[in-house]
Amino acid sequence: MSKEVRLTPPLTAADVCALEIGDRVLVSGVIYTARDAAHRRLMDLLAAGQPLPVDLQGQILYYVGPSPARPGRVIGAAGPTTATRMDVYTPTLLRLGLKAMIGKGRRSPEVIAALKEYQAVYLGATGGAGALISQCIRQAEVVAFEDLGPEAIHRLVVEDLPTIVINDCAGRDLYDEGLRRYARTA
Amino acid sequence: MRDLHVSDIIAAVRQAAITANYVIGPDLLAAFRRGLAEEESASGREIFRQLIDNARIAETECVPLCQDCGLTVIFAEVGQEVHIVGGDFEAALQEGVRQGYQEGYLRKSVCHPLTRTNTGDNTPAVIHTEIVPGDRLKLWVVPKGGGSENMSRLFMLKPAQGWEGIKEAVVGTVREAGPNACPPYIVGVGIGGNFERAALLAKKSLLRELGSQNPDPDLAAREEELLKAINDLGIGPQGLGGRLTALGVHILLQPCHIASLPVAVNIQCHSSRHREVEL
Repeated sequence: MSKEVRLTPPLTAADVCALEIGDRVLVSGVIYTARDAAHRRLMDLLAAGQPLPVDLQGQILYYVGPSPARPGRVIGAAGPTTATRMDVYTPTLLRLGLKAMIGKGRRSPEVIAALKEYQAVYLGATGGAGALISQCIRQAEVVAFEDLGPEAIHRLVVEDLPTIVINDCAGRDLYDEGLRRYARTA
Repeated sequence: MRDLHVSDIIAAVRQAAITANYVIGPDLLAAFRRGLAEEESASGREIFRQLIDNARIAETECVPLCQDCGLTVIFAEVGQEVHIVGGDFEAALQEGVRQGYQEGYLRKSVCHPLTRTNTGDNTPAVIHTEIVPGDRLKLWVVPKGGGSENMSRLFMLKPAQGWEGIKEAVVGTVREAGPNACPPYIVGVGIGGNFERAALLAKKSLLRELGSQNPDPDLAAREEELLKAINDLGIGPQGLGGRLTALGVHILLQPCHIASLPVAVNIQCHSSRHREVEL
């Protein structure tokens, strides 16, 4: 039976291993954004033997490229982008201690195996609910790669950002579970 | 001839781009409400609840519906009795997009395909112009998200593959899209024409009002058949499992070469945004 859990990073292996697919997770506290271009830059820094602008130990990465904030607002729309584009970079970041990612859509078998190996989880947020999710974001500031605009790494302070566990540390996949339950074969 | 000044075109495109990104159509909202009532899966119903909330927050709090404010597609029907004055027609459409995305606090999501350098103003929009009878200008401004466009496909089938081949192409495309392209989807299907026309038909079919019947009874029945097959996949809202993977299937068809059977499938995420204006 799925449960509701509140999580605030930094996360430990015990925090994430307690999660199972289908659990509803409300995320609060500090999380970092990164999508395609920021991941590319992180890989370039690692390849050059340079430190990353953010210590990923125990942290959560949110795959999002927000729309611009109106004057006086924290942020614009800020829903998740498709996670599979980041798959190629993810095992490297998990090895560095990243504990969770928030996105939408399927992960590769390599990422699912790496979640098991490094004890981390993949959380789904509702794609296309950018206005709704923006209401959970209390603060936002760019901490790296400002020239990338919406693709820059932002430090967000969030409160009760609603997610669901898609891939857990046991190698399970909520999307496969859903198909098993609802697919009708002719 | 009727004179139409480009400043009116710029203003109309600017406003349509903004409104499309903040306000969903009544047909889509009705489909969300129907989904909330009909979806069997609890997580699916929760998604519909969030999408209805999202639409309300976007409109009342002035936050775009989705952070992906799209690559802008513009369909233009230019009456042949319209005389455009004061500047270039296509430049006016692009200027409207530029102003709308800047003034509307919309995300600029257009970049050079190789260097990935952002153009900074969401242009160039993709423009499809037709010359039609009359003295009016009709524009459809359609912000199209990258995630759903990425999962769209074009098939050059053999004529022998027939309807079964088309059905497998459509259902297979949705199966492959799975949870990635923000279901529940609206599935645009273009059949016939040629390589590029099939894709254009698929995209254009998405402009039809959601829930409306295809005027061709044969195509209406085929749309129903495809919708049932898609919803039998069980992908469900956001891929969490459920009965409603698609809210509608729209077909547009035109004759093709005797050697060909082109089929295009344009996946539209649930954030189906388009605005029609007539000048």
